[in-house]
Amino acid sequence: MFLRLVYESFRRQKRRKLLAGIAITLGVGVATAMIAVATDIGDKVSRELRALGANLVVTPQEDTLDLQIAGVDLKPPSDGAYLNEADLPKIRGMFWHNNIVGFVPVLPVPVNLGGGKNVTLVGTYFSRQLKFGKEDFETGVRTIYPWWKVSGTWPQDNSQDVLLGERLAVSLGRKAKDEIEIGGQAHRVAGVLSTGGVEDDQIIAPLAVAQDILGRPGAVRRLYVSALTKPEDAFGRRDPKTLAGAEFDRWYCSPYVQSIAYQLQEVIPHSHAEQIRQVAQNEGTVLSRIKGLMLLITLAALMAAALAVSAAMATAIFERRGEVGLMKALGASSVAVAAVFFAEALLLAVLGGSVGFAGGAMLARAIGRSIFDSQITIDLVLFPIIIAIAVLVTFAGSALAIRRAMKFDPVLALRGEA
Amino acid sequence: MNSGANSDLLTRRAHAPRHSMFLRMLLRAAVLRRGRAAAALSAMVVAAAVTTAMLNLYADVQAKLHTEFRNYGANVVVVAKEGQSLPNDALQKIESVLGDRGMAVPFAYVVARTADGQPVVVSGTDLERVRKLNRWWSVTAWPSGAQDALVGARAAALVAPQGQAFDLSFQGRIVHLNPAGTVRTGSSEDSRIYLSLTEFEDWTGVQPSTVEVAASGTPEEIGTTVKKLALALPEADVRPVRQIMEGEARVLGKTRATLLVCAVLIILTAAMCVLSTLMGWVFDRRRDFAIMKALGASEKLIGGFFVTEAAALGAVGAVLGFGIGVGIATWIGRVNFHAAVAPRFAVLPEVLVGSIAVALLSALLPMSLLRRVQPATILRGE
Repeated sequence: MFLRLVYESFRRQKRRKLLAGIAITLGVGVATAMIAVATDIGDKVSRELRALGANLVVTPQEDTLDLQIAGVDLKPPSDGAYLNEADLPKIRGMFWHNNIVGFVPVLPVPVNLGGGKNVTLVGTYFSRQLKFGKEDFETGVRTIYPWWKVSGTWPQDNSQDVLLGERLAVSLGRKAKDEIEIGGQAHRVAGVLSTGGVEDDQIIAPLAVAQDILGRPGAVRRLYVSALTKPEDAFGRRDPKTLAGAEFDRWYCSPYVQSIAYQLQEVIPHSHAEQIRQVAQNEGTVLSRIKGLMLLITLAALMAAALAVSAAMATAIFERRGEVGLMKALGASSVAVAAVFFAEALLLAVLGGSVGFAGGAMLARAIGRSIFDSQITIDLVLFPIIIAIAVLVTFAGSALAIRRAMKFDPVLALRGEA
Repeated sequence: MNSGANSDLLTRRAHAPRHSMFLRMLLRAAVLRRGRAAAALSAMVVAAAVTTAMLNLYADVQAKLHTEFRNYGANVVVVAKEGQSLPNDALQKIESVLGDRGMAVPFAYVVARTADGQPVVVSGTDLERVRKLNRWWSVTAWPSGAQDALVGARAAALVAPQGQAFDLSFQGRIVHLNPAGTVRTGSSEDSRIYLSLTEFEDWTGVQPSTVEVAASGTPEEIGTTVKKLALALPEADVRPVRQIMEGEARVLGKTRATLLVCAVLIILTAAMCVLSTLMGWVFDRRRDFAIMKALGASEKLIGGFFVTEAAALGAVGAVLGFGIGVGIATWIGRVNFHAAVAPRFAVLPEVLVGSIAVALLSALLPMSLLRRVQPATILRGE
């Protein structure tokens, strides 16, 4: 009898059930999508912030001071220490290697272009294929400096081609596909580089070219690393030397910029890694602002969804006072009447919730793909939680209406004097 | 005369009672069913509040994030063209272009020698302004007195490992400096020594060659500022710092797009909430509808009654909701960005029109269902 009541109610009142069902589906869908986006936004924005370039720099431990003014490197190339290029692929072997977006070695060399014109040639990776163990990966300026624009083509990393900085190209009167003589050797200009920074006055060449000019194979002056990090907090700032046991492990296994620097020092011998504070420090604030905003908005969305669901349920039940009156007149107890309504609500919540969850997950994916060009996947662990919340909200929305419907005098309800 | 007054009275009689009857029905409906009316109104208010808050946030988030991104420091750099130097009044010119929409900091550089002949880059600048411009500099103590220098962390190990005073020479002229504090940034600043500009000029006689500018505003406004600066200083190169500008544009664009999608979703949910509540309210009063119809009211009159009621509800809800929504947006701004979100009254008409439209829709939908039903059927309670 109980089941028949519920079944018939769904069969005969399609319009009302549909309306409540739509409200639940929409509410759960919005809630699911918002939760998915809000939990993933930190990761996504942190990836976007990598567009600001490297946030870590690795230098040789025993290095002399930099002598750099407005992009011109005045440091004699004989001076100071170097890192070894052969050590670089080891970065892929460190604990947080999945958080390393890319790295570029640089080797600035002063060169004479004839006519007493001294410029800095910087050797680097453009988009270099590297191997670590069995793993192939690619890294270079094209990955970590997205604001570098080249008119012409990017040079191959194994070629002798170079890029000319925009202003240097103008003052030399060269353009892409011209030849340029550097240190007595002719190089093809693959393209003209525009960065809006000091590189506009420099020559950018494959690392091997710079090493040849310097006569030091395998030498790297500095290494820039772009890593996904967690905003720094008081624990992240602690000195690893003062941490012991479990605390050290926790510090080491959190992607703080400090712990990534520590690990870089471990894998690259005789090196000193440091955060580039301009990028690393500000990243944290921007990230926490956006995350905070999304969190507050998600709360607002959840509230709106809960209100919509409970409003729809209240309306649906309030319309059925007549039925309540009839059931009560036929001798049904309050508990029995409430049970029927709650069973209906449960069914609606589970059905609408499941559809809504699927819809919300699809919506989140679509948002991820269209805005961030990457997937926002939703954890299936969320499914039971969201269904439970949907049931809870539906019950809460129904409870008040059921109570009111029950207080109604059956006589009045049956006479239709609502 | 008499007949004129008579007909005047007749017209007044013909209009006035119907008019006041209409108002009375509206008011009594709200008072008698105040529980349901309050529920409908509160749904309306919540929806309007959420919508207002989202629209305000969406409009303001750009300005808020621009402010956050100014912490990245200069976004425009002014340098002397090759073989030229910046004019003496360059800083004044830049500041007059900027007005109160930015900050300019001059930098002068030389390579000096330490006592044992090591080269080191020394820079003269306005340290007060650097402190405001480059907040990410980790400085132990900012110089305050005469002959105080701010020493880069790596330079400190070379010139003043124990924090003692040191000498620097430039073209035969020697200056004696106290290391007031050290600066750590992770880039070239770590290898430099910073002095106040006046002391630097007294010592070296070298003028600033670079002015770093933090211009505030949208990318278009900054573009205009760059053009104005280039016009004011023909002897200098004015370069936007693309690294900062493009990163900012990218993050901002994506955040705004996400926020827009969220706003649409939330507004949709809020509208749904209003729709189901109001539809219930109107549907619930099918007996009123039937009685009016049975007493001979025209479809037009009844339609007008429900439409007016819905519109009034929408308008009142929108105005109340607007006030609350502005409050929510301000609160979110305060909590998250530590700056209030300025209320945008331009949003009010949008919220008002939207609320009334949703209210009308939720009134008209059940109306069209009810119109098909005979009053007798409703009154019989079927």
